[in-house]
Amino acid sequence: MGESANSITLVEAVTQALAYELANDPQVVVFGQDIGANGGVFRATDGLQKRFGAERVLDTPLAENMIAGIAVGMATQGLRPVAEFQFMGFIYPGLDHILSHAARMRNRTRGRLSCPIVYRAPYGGGIHAPEHHSESTEAIFAHIPGLRVVVPSSPARAYGLLLAAIRDPDPVLFLEPKRIYRAVRQPVADDGEALPLDRAFVLREGGDLTLIAWGASVKETLAAAEQLSTEGIEAEVIDPATLKPLDIHSIIDSLEKTRRCVVVHEAARFGGLGAEIAAQIQEYAFDLLDAPVQRVTGYDTVMPYYQLEQVYLPGVERILAGARAALGYVREGGR
Amino acid sequence: MHKPRLQLQASFDIAWLQYLDKQGSATQSLPEFASPDWLTHSFRQMQLARLVDDRAVKLQRTGRLGTYPSTLGQEAIGVATGNALMAEDVYCPYYRETGALLERGVSIEEILANWGGDERGQNYRHAPQDLPICIPIATQMLHAAGVAFALKYRHQQHGTPLQVAVASSGEGATSKGDFYEAMNLAGVWKLPVVFVVNNNQWAISVPRSAQTSTHTIAQKAIAAGIPALQVDGNDVVAVAWAVRDALRRARSDEGPALIEAISYRLCDHTTADDASRYRSGEELQQAWQWEPVARLETYLRGEGLWSDAKQQDLARELAQTMEAALNSWESRAPEPATAIFDHLYAQLPEGLYEQYDQLREELQGARE
Ligand SMILES: Cc1ncc(C[n+]2csc(CCOP(=O)(O)OP(=O)(O)O)c2C)c(N)n1
Repeated sequence: MGESANSITLVEAVTQALAYELANDPQVVVFGQDIGANGGVFRATDGLQKRFGAERVLDTPLAENMIAGIAVGMATQGLRPVAEFQFMGFIYPGLDHILSHAARMRNRTRGRLSCPIVYRAPYGGGIHAPEHHSESTEAIFAHIPGLRVVVPSSPARAYGLLLAAIRDPDPVLFLEPKRIYRAVRQPVADDGEALPLDRAFVLREGGDLTLIAWGASVKETLAAAEQLSTEGIEAEVIDPATLKPLDIHSIIDSLEKTRRCVVVHEAARFGGLGAEIAAQIQEYAFDLLDAPVQRVTGYDTVMPYYQLEQVYLPGVERILAGARAALGYVREGGR
Repeated sequence: MHKPRLQLQASFDIAWLQYLDKQGSATQSLPEFASPDWLTHSFRQMQLARLVDDRAVKLQRTGRLGTYPSTLGQEAIGVATGNALMAEDVYCPYYRETGALLERGVSIEEILANWGGDERGQNYRHAPQDLPICIPIATQMLHAAGVAFALKYRHQQHGTPLQVAVASSGEGATSKGDFYEAMNLAGVWKLPVVFVVNNNQWAISVPRSAQTSTHTIAQKAIAAGIPALQVDGNDVVAVAWAVRDALRRARSDEGPALIEAISYRLCDHTTADDASRYRSGEELQQAWQWEPVARLETYLRGEGLWSDAKQQDLARELAQTMEAALNSWESRAPEPATAIFDHLYAQLPEGLYEQYDQLREELQGARE
């Protein structure tokens, strides 16, 4: 068991967490399309089959519904399946099993059976991929009772949250922001330490404005915060990490200081999680607000082909514009 | 026009098995397991399933049960399947399987609770690893493949005996991708899983002929490279032989199998259905001529294993069993409403405490 803190990328952190758990929990099995000899199209499972054998790291036939479905059967018998979907855009055939079975098995059997499954998928745009490869539809899944939706935004959080997801007794959809799979390196100790689920991470402290972002958008959001800082405005940046169930308390705590908030996500705006977060904020903290919650999101369009994807994705400029709208808002006429 | 000369590449055939004909006469000597005790036990269980179905439909009519799918006409398949499984095997049933559930040790109370809208009915006391009955069509076949993987994995890791997963379905379910995906994977991974298709001729209002143009359902297994057998599903001995043989092979790590059990749904699809809208009374009358319970009774009487007196005793015993189960089900305290949160996650996430408290307060208010 190595504890050295090698400097690794987010996707390597995923591999490291999978390897750690495969080595330490014989109930863990990893499967998906091309994940064996090929190590997955993003190499997230690189070397795992060689190391742990084709009985625990399995290539499946090409059928997402099947991948989602067999995981349910495995999990009910005490295994801890970790299933990879090649891209989030191909998860939909499996939605039936995720929604109709994995997320409900515990409730339906009043606790007799459960589905400790991790469904992993690379998600999000920005890598010049073909159609259907850049989806960001986390809100569909966050709507499902009984499911957890977790998104890491750094190598360390990918390692710690994936370990937590595998060890969690309930099903988790683990979405990996592929745009930042290799964007940064960070020392991550391979010590098997999980990070808590259902807890937001405060990535940057500040008293003037709260910026909320997850996944790859954290990158631009932090960059926007740095830009604001040069202008004397200190933004707090919060990464919810677990999108469902959402740690709204950390967000409200931040708003007690800042009273202004911008939610950033690359998913489409309508019915996106920005709407949920804004709704919860106004329910719980209406009196704290000095400005309406701003949303900086993808458009309500189909994610465009890559020639236009930078137009679609919220970049630093759009985040700054959202921040300025929140900062500049002055209530007229009082109440 | 030019006609190429073609060479035969491969050929396949589908076998059909029957022991008791429509009149209840043996068409060949019965297998060893079909002892007098086994036969009378199966007869009892088929009648019990029929009784539970009958009561359940009546309870639905008086508003005490929700929609219920009767097994009427298919009792032989469920009883033979449930009976062939060992306790440690894992059964992944579809919704029309009262007979099989009874054989698995699921109590009548649990069956009634489930269809009566109480989720505790799927918290089986005596079949702790069996999957709950599956409502979406054909998804259970993939669960069974996953279960079978887990069973094989456990067997390889710990040297424990190989257990088998069994999925049941109707013939309509074989139109779905899940069915093919499960068979395909089971073939490739040589999983210990048996798929039992209740071919009861109808998927709600869609007849088998409008569901698929295949000559048999069994031949669908050919594409997945797994063995298949067609059996007379109203012949409890034939179904039992087929399931036992498939289980034996799966247990010896010889891989999966598909069984098409040909039967007929003698009832409406569910209590919410009226089958007379789409199927003729004549067809139904015909089908009653080869139903499984009477067929077995004729055989048993011919062998001197059954009599009017025995039937009277059995009817009395079954009525008492049913009555006792009904009473115990009806006297069960209702589950507290907060149970909707209790089993959603292993531990209620903090983000849901407020909704949980809100429900508790509403209940409190309603009580005051
Ligand atoms: C995925 C899905 N689609 C539709 C339904 C509605 N439905 C319930 S039973 C049924 C017919 C199934 O027929 P078959 O598989 O032959 O089984 P049977 O009920 O005849 O035993 C349908 C369409 C469903 N339960 N699940």
